[in-house]
Amino acid sequence: MIELVLAILIATLILVGAAFALVAAIGLNRLPDVYTRMHAASKAGTVGSGLMLIAVGLHAGDVATLARALAGFFFFVLTAPISAHLLAMAALKMGYPLASHTVRDEMQNHREAI
Amino acid sequence: MTPAAMILSSAIWIALVVLGLAFLLTVRRVVIGPTLPDRVVALDMLVGIVIGFIALIAIRTGFTLYIDIAISLGLVGFLATVAFARFILARGGRAPAPPQPADFVPAGLVPTAQSPKPSGKRKAEPPAPPRRKKSR
Repeated sequence: MIELVLAILIATLILVGAAFALVAAIGLNRLPDVYTRMHAASKAGTVGSGLMLIAVGLHAGDVATLARALAGFFFFVLTAPISAHLLAMAALKMGYPLASHTVRDEMQNHREAI
Repeated sequence: MTPAAMILSSAIWIALVVLGLAFLLTVRRVVIGPTLPDRVVALDMLVGIVIGFIALIAIRTGFTLYIDIAISLGLVGFLATVAFARFILARGGRAPAPPQPADFVPAGLVPTAQSPKPSGKRKAEPPAPPRRKKSR
């Protein structure tokens, strides 16, 4: 019985992670400019791969593997915002344009300061 | 085959197909991405998807050592993205002149969900794009 519950939990984690990855990929293709694409890829993509790592840790069933999987998830959650922020800063500094139907550009008076 | 193993196996197959679809969509963005940051973002996303593949293979085969491979691949992907960001900064200028969004947005996005939103806000801030161009 407990085995069945664990299998259902792992299957749910796997499927939700794959769905997050698919949503990130669709967002990467549908959104109009670099900054919005970054928003889709770095959030949903990280959660997708992280959920699958946690599923591996649960499937293995020992504490050492689960701890490594959690460490990996923590590492991804820690590094994805840093790399996304660096990329966005580089793109903004080099003047890559926002989409033409952007309604608000909060950085427009701070382009020189960054 | 016990019910638990069957549930797990079918979930892994479905997830492999979904991840393959996501992989192909991301590769499409790498190929057509109009600017260099687009391609870098898509490559970063590819690393995430490959980590998902590695996790699925780890569950299928039962080798938990794959987790270490996934962690080190994530580290390499992070360092690659940071290096690409530094490269975008160091390259300076915009030598290849990335196309304006007006060139490629109407093909995919205009007739869908975006159209109602600008119509409400258009009266409020019409001069946003020109001002942005001047400050650049």
